[in-house]
Amino acid sequence: MNFIQTFMDGEEGLFKPNSLTRMQKMILRFVVVGLVYYLFALVEGMLMRVYQVKPISLIPPDQYFGMLTAHPLVGIFGSTYSIVFGAFLFLVPFLMSKPLWSIKLANWTCGLIAVGTFTFWFAGFLTHYAPLYTLYWPLPADFTQFSVWGGTFFILGIALIMVGTVFFVLNVFKTISYTPEGWEKQDGKGLIASALGLSGLKNLFRKNKKEHMVSLPVAAIARGTVDTALNAGIILFTGVLILVYMIAEIAGSSLKHSSIDALLYKNWFWWGLDLIADGLVLIFVAGTWYLLATLITGKKLFMENWARAALFVEMVVSWTVWSHHLMSDQAQPGFLKILSGEMVTAFELITQGLAFFITLITLWSARPLKMTNPLKFLLGGLLGFALAVPAGIMQADLGLNRILHNTQWIIGPHVHVAILVGLTMTLYSAIYYLFPLVTNGAKLYSQKLATFHFWAHLLGGIGMGAFMGMAGLKGMLRRTIYFDGEYSLYMILAALSGTLLLLAFLAFFFNIVMSVGLKGVIGIFMPAKSDTKDLLPAAK
Amino acid sequence: MVDSNIVLTGQTFAYTFYVLAIMLLMGWFAYKVTKSEGSKEIKPALFYSLVGFLVLLGVSLHIVTHETIPWKPLDLNRADIKADKTFDITVVDHKFILPSEKLIINTNDKVMFNVTSKDLTYGFGLFREDNTMMFQMQVLPGHNNDILWHFDRPGVYTIRSTEYSGPKGIGMIEKNVVEVID
Repeated sequence: MNFIQTFMDGEEGLFKPNSLTRMQKMILRFVVVGLVYYLFALVEGMLMRVYQVKPISLIPPDQYFGMLTAHPLVGIFGSTYSIVFGAFLFLVPFLMSKPLWSIKLANWTCGLIAVGTFTFWFAGFLTHYAPLYTLYWPLPADFTQFSVWGGTFFILGIALIMVGTVFFVLNVFKTISYTPEGWEKQDGKGLIASALGLSGLKNLFRKNKKEHMVSLPVAAIARGTVDTALNAGIILFTGVLILVYMIAEIAGSSLKHSSIDALLYKNWFWWGLDLIADGLVLIFVAGTWYLLATLITGKKLFMENWARAALFVEMVVSWTVWSHHLMSDQAQPGFLKILSGEMVTAFELITQGLAFFITLITLWSARPLKMTNPLKFLLGGLLGFALAVPAGIMQADLGLNRILHNTQWIIGPHVHVAILVGLTMTLYSAIYYLFPLVTNGAKLYSQKLATFHFWAHLLGGIGMGAFMGMAGLKGMLRRTIYFDGEYSLYMILAALSGTLLLLAFLAFFFNIVMSVGLKGVIGIFMPAKSDTKDLLPAAK
Repeated sequence: MVDSNIVLTGQTFAYTFYVLAIMLLMGWFAYKVTKSEGSKEIKPALFYSLVGFLVLLGVSLHIVTHETIPWKPLDLNRADIKADKTFDITVVDHKFILPSEKLIINTNDKVMFNVTSKDLTYGFGLFREDNTMMFQMQVLPGHNNDILWHFDRPGVYTIRSTEYSGPKGIGMIEKNVVEVID
């Protein structure tokens, strides 16, 4: 096949979108949406990297902060939520050998996330609505700096994503607990109790231990989904609160900012946001590591009961950990800073450390393993969290936080290394593993491109985090602009590392498009030929 | 007295050492996991030792910093410590309003900064002439935002907002307004 033929029909013409089931189309749609928004976040990220070297005159500061506001939200909701939700809506039925409760609702989740992300991004792009994702009160309602209409559409976009998220949560728990048509009645309550770890907890006090009704990866998905649900509630409530101020402003009656306590708001907001950052991310990631390790090796997970217990502890930790974001708030009670901020946060070192170790030992037990794409990206993901979690534990200390808070240290070695190296490489591992399964045996266009993708992403992600961290240790703040080149050397090196990340993604994207072909990509969004709820075609 | 530059140098060494060690470990693991020689069995004792080590590390980190970083106990006990000098600073409309043009401090003074916001959430940080940070805190409207600091050596410092308060906030810099004299 020549280049044009391959570009149109995919590698060896093996990918046939007409052969896909509704479930396969559903997950592939999520992945395409997620990858497109990853590219959005990446391009914005690169523009900001260049801006940090030298402010670009074509981009005024308010546009820059508009990007800074949209960038993490596009990355988390538009990209990560899409890929993770799609993968889990496929994997829960796959692991439980039962159909998804509602494919229609899953497609709605995908559509709402895609439309919601574009809505808030476009509102921010046009109007420069830029209170940052932190939304420190009363900034989101400061209409002397921001457009009230821009803010209204921004919040509506986020609300659409949260509605899609609620649909995802409903779909996951219904799939775990419902009885498919024609099946013997399932113990729905028992399944939910097992998924949430309640039956495991009871086992601690029973003489005759009961078998777990759901597998460990399903338990991880369920527990992370609890945090997803709580977070959706917090964000929706906060959005409505801000919308009240916006609607009042539009109606010509400005509400008092002092009606809402800034510290209480900050506690509320971080409690909700940490359900993502310290809850569902760590739980979902640990669950995905366990799943990938068992799929790659075909072996039972090492210390499985400990892994289950650690996931439960992680969920409880994620509910009580938020105060590490308020260590520089002098009005925050000291006991919360020490207990929630320092001590509970330290538990993340333990839970993630155990997940890291259990995954490695499970892989070790199956030596010799072939260094496949899923395995090498899984090892990259493990390394990412091994680097990022201790960086976070350091800043969650009252002494160190005083000199690290809001510096580039936080956003570099901790946040970007966790997300880009830890989380994203774990997701790439899952994508490479699932690719032949969900495409009915499509062949990867180029292994050389996949290898380049791995190394460029790993080195780019770690390099960018490292140079941002070095600048942070020299006092460089995040969330501001330096006009006099104070940190230009570090920022040039970080931008070069960022360029590697961009090249890595372009290589991956090109490789995937060439594997399935342009016709294949379009075919993913066409209705499925068969009406079956099966995961894979019957012939498989 | 130990200052933030010394603490950050220590952190840089410790974290760099850790990063190199964990990268070497992962490199070794990635190589070995493709080979068949050696034992595949891991004794549970290793796992339990790791659990114990992580618990010890998580707890001891905060105890060590409490005993070695001087501003940590100072901050926790600031309500019971008498300041040698107090500066009341107001922040409004993206501007710091200082009690005087220069804030002059004697070496070895313990100084309390009371910063009040009249509108938005801001930050308050002191930076050295080479842009490194000495300390910072958040400044929330409707709350007391106070920090006690022991100045043990002469120097000139810039006040800068360390929190995003909208695009107007990027100019919140009061250059060289804090002077610590002998």
